[in-house]
Formats: sequence, C-alpha cells, structure tokens
Amino acid sequence: MKFINALPGPVAQGLIWGIMAIGVYITYKVLDLADLTVDGTMATGGAVCIMMMQSGHSVGVSLFVAFLAGMAAGLVTGLFHTAMGIPAILAGILTQLGLYSVNLRIMDQKANVALAFGKYNQIVSLRWVRDVPFYQNTIFVSAIFVLVLIAVLYWFFGTDLGCAIRATGNNENMSRAQGINTNTTKLVGLMLSNGIVALSSALYAQYQGFADVNAGRGAIVIGLAAVIIGNVIFGKISRNFAFKLASVVLGAIIYWVVYQVVITAGLNANDMKLISALVVAVFLAVPYLKRKYFSKPVKRGGASNA
Amino acid sequence: MLKMEGVWKTFNAGTVNEKTALSGLSLELKEGDFVTVIGGNGAGKSTMLNAVAGVWPVDEGKIFIDNVDVTKLPEHKRAKYLGRVFQDPMTGTASGMQIEENLALAARRGDFRFLKKGITHKEREYYRERLAKLGLGLEDRMTTKVRLLSGGQRQALTLLMATLKKPSILLLDEHTAALDPKTAAKVLEATDRVVEENHLTTLMITHNMKDAIVHGNRLIMMYDGHIIYDVAGEEKKRLKVADLLEKFEQASGGEFANDRMMLA
Repeated sequence: MKFINALPGPVAQGLIWGIMAIGVYITYKVLDLADLTVDGTMATGGAVCIMMMQSGHSVGVSLFVAFLAGMAAGLVTGLFHTAMGIPAILAGILTQLGLYSVNLRIMDQKANVALAFGKYNQIVSLRWVRDVPFYQNTIFVSAIFVLVLIAVLYWFFGTDLGCAIRATGNNENMSRAQGINTNTTKLVGLMLSNGIVALSSALYAQYQGFADVNAGRGAIVIGLAAVIIGNVIFGKISRNFAFKLASVVLGAIIYWVVYQVVITAGLNANDMKLISALVVAVFLAVPYLKRKYFSKPVKRGGASNA
Repeated sequence: MLKMEGVWKTFNAGTVNEKTALSGLSLELKEGDFVTVIGGNGAGKSTMLNAVAGVWPVDEGKIFIDNVDVTKLPEHKRAKYLGRVFQDPMTGTASGMQIEENLALAARRGDFRFLKKGITHKEREYYRERLAKLGLGLEDRMTTKVRLLSGGQRQALTLLMATLKKPSILLLDEHTAALDPKTAAKVLEATDRVVEENHLTTLMITHNMKDAIVHGNRLIMMYDGHIIYDVAGEEKKRLKVADLLEKFEQASGGEFANDRMMLA
C-alpha cells in the first residue's frame, strides 16, 4: 500500500526525465553520437530557470531561456567536435566539466538554490502529484509537455533538415555524397538534444523545488537506461518514430518506478547509481554477446539474388 | 564536363607509408563521354574519383566541373555536380532509412535543406515509377528499410539515387565488384540504360577488362597515379583483352603478371 501511494511521484518524475531521455535519444540513437554534455546541461537548465523565476521572470520565459542555454551548451560541444576535431565523447566531457563552473556562476556561486514554494508561478511540483485538480497535477502538465515535444520532433525529423540529421547518423559518407554538410547536421542535432535536456532540467528543478549544481551527475546513464528499457520492452511493437520517442518516456517512468520499489524495499538510495550503471552496462553488452555466442552461421550466397 | 589539370596527391607524406597516389594526373571529359577506367591495384583509379568528389583536398593541380573551379570546394558542396555509386553496397545508402526516404535525400542533392517536408505525396508517385523501371519489385516496398535489401538491390537503388537529379558527372567506383556475376551483369545493364537515357557524362572504374571494352565510348588505363593509355571511338571498339594486357606489360615491365585484373 505504501508503494501504491508513492506511485504518482515516480510517474511524474519519470515523465520529466522522459523529456531528458528524448534528448539523449536524439544524439545516441538518431545521430549515433554518445554525448556526455547532458550531465552538465541537466544542471544548467534548472539553474537558469530557478534564477530567472526568482528575479521575477515568468515561468514561460524562464523555461525558454533554459532551453536556449542548453542549446548553447550543445553548440559548444558541437564546435569542439566538428570545428576542432575532438572526438565526440571527449568534446562532451570537456563541455560538461566547463559547465560545472558556469552553472555555479549562474547560481551566484551557490551549490543549491531553493525556489520558495507558492511564491512563484511554477507549473510542476512534487506536492502536486495528487489531491489537486487534474489540470494542476504535475503528471498531467508533464504529460502535455511530453506529447507536444513528441509531436514537434515527429514533424521536425520528417523535414528536409530532420531527414538530413537522420541520414548523418546512418551513413556520413552517403550524406556528404548527397550534399549534406554533416558538420552542420551534427551541430543542429547536439543543440536540439541539449536544449531538450535543459528544458527537462528546468522542469525538474521546479518539481524538486531547487536547482542543484550536482543535479546532472550520472544523468546520461539514467537517460540511456530509459532509452534502453523503452527499446527492450516496447521496441518490437512499432517502428513508428513517435512511438519510439513515447517508449523512451515510458522507459524513464519504469526506471523511476523501479527506483521507488528499490528504495521502498529498503535499499540505500546512494546505491542506485551503481545499480543503474550495471543495468545499462548489461543491456549495452547484450547485443554484442548475442552476436558473439548465439549468432547463426551465415549461409553463403544467400543474399545475392537481386 | 570534367577537367583535371596536373593533379597530385600523396598520402601519409613524410612517413614510411608515404604513397603518391596521383602524380600529375590530367584528364578531360567531353559532355556525354562514358569513360571506363582500368588499372592495377594502387594505380590511383579510386583516388582519382575521390579527388573529383572532394573527399579530401588535393596537393596540387586544378579540377573543373562544368567550367567551375571546384578544387577548393568541400565534398558536400561538390555533391550537386556529382552522382556517385561506390564499390561497397553499404556506402551509398542510409541503411536505417526507408527506400523512399533515401530517394528523397538524393532528390535534394545540392539543395538547401530546412523545414520543408522531407518527402511529399507527389514525389512518392514519381519514385514508385522510377523504381518500377528497375524491375526489382522495389516499387512495392517503398517503406522498407534499406538494410533489408540485397547488395544488388542496394546498388541498383544507389544508381537510381545518383541519377535521380541529373548529375554533371556520374562517378562509378567499381560498383559491381562486390556482386555475384549475374547480379553484376544486371546492374551494368541498368547502368548502360540510365547513362544512355539521360546522356550522362560518366567515369566508371572496373576490374573487368571485358566490361571496360564493351561499355562506354572511351577507355583509359592508369598506372602509378596517371593515365598511360587513352583510347576512344572505333579504335576502342576494336580492342581485345589481349591488347590491354600487352599495354599493361609494357607499362609495368611485367610486374602485374599476377594482378587480379589479369584473371578477369
């Protein structure tokens, strides 16, 4: 009973982190880049949003500026990677490290800035997951964010530019042969991804009631876990792009529900990062191990009858 | 039209692996020329095509396409002039995307890509027609992911993509080498048809000397990074494989006696 009562919390949290996981999906799955910038941007968005709200800006403007801040971070990683030739993983790590200082500056050199509850027009909060009118319920509000985001991305990845980004993730040589500037598409992809992550971060900071400089630590692993869980459980159902994004969000919800179960079962919350890392490692290893030990021998000349 | 003037390219300069792949290569293609390119391994055939495509900058020399100096243009900016089919069937297509999406990407070669629809209903109909002409049944599988196609189907699709928007030059880099003989013959047949129909200026590398003689109106042989033999018209039609072998012997001093092109 205790667990059922506690369920709305992780669902709301999962929806908000689902937005972040969609950002990870764009780099990891669509663009085929491992972008570690998000560990920084997952704190930046919240820092920007909370500081702006405290200084009297509306929540809409604050969220939008947080999104832009995330895009700026993605731009830096993208330039490190494309203009300076630094491997993507390293470029992300550099930006992430630099962002730690930037995030502290945004928060006036404080590691944690609280948003006094009820004083500002915040739109999500962990106090609003039950016993409030449905339109104020954080689960409802976050779900709207998720749906709108999926709709926009579904449209975007069907445009010329979106298709060019997908082609870049698929086959860079082919993309250049078709006149696609793969540096530009990578930049756009990284900016979009980090913008979305920062938006998630901004919502999460409101939800928790504070911005924290360490909010992004290990975020990439949680994002990957959501992507992988969603893919493993729902991947076979449909190849539709919107459905895939939705399954990533469901993956995030499952992650946080399981987290809740583990905590309720009495495990130390601090062990959760270790467990997440191991779970992600196992799932990442499965395709490789499958190939290595369970692959059927290829029949000769089987696929050549065109 | 293509013009290459004194093009040089050295890989790994200053290391033990230094290799001069193009040494003062000059070549001029007239509008509508269909040139087959032969030469042993390391003669610089693929390097020549990559130099035209702008995969990397050349060390020296100039390259003109349609009288425009493209020597300094990056690969993606030259793409608007070029249709390319590669040796590896994996290279020419985006395997995780649908057949129609691949065609739509190719139809926009050289265009500015922004927020317009990536593929329209009208286009789909057109692609269906063009795919039907290939005779592989792909017109009924337009939303199939390309990764599920066979090598021959992929090469046929890549060929269609390369010519969907008429290129100034069609570059074929041994595009049938990875296919079984029957499929290779089919793809070559399709190549002849598409070149003829669209009156395309074409550079086709092949390892098969018979193919080099049968196809196209001009044949060039490369050795050591430049052209050692250039024959066109009636003279080319009368060529025999034995003549080409002799030319090779002369050029290389018999060094290519065991080259795999001898077996072709």
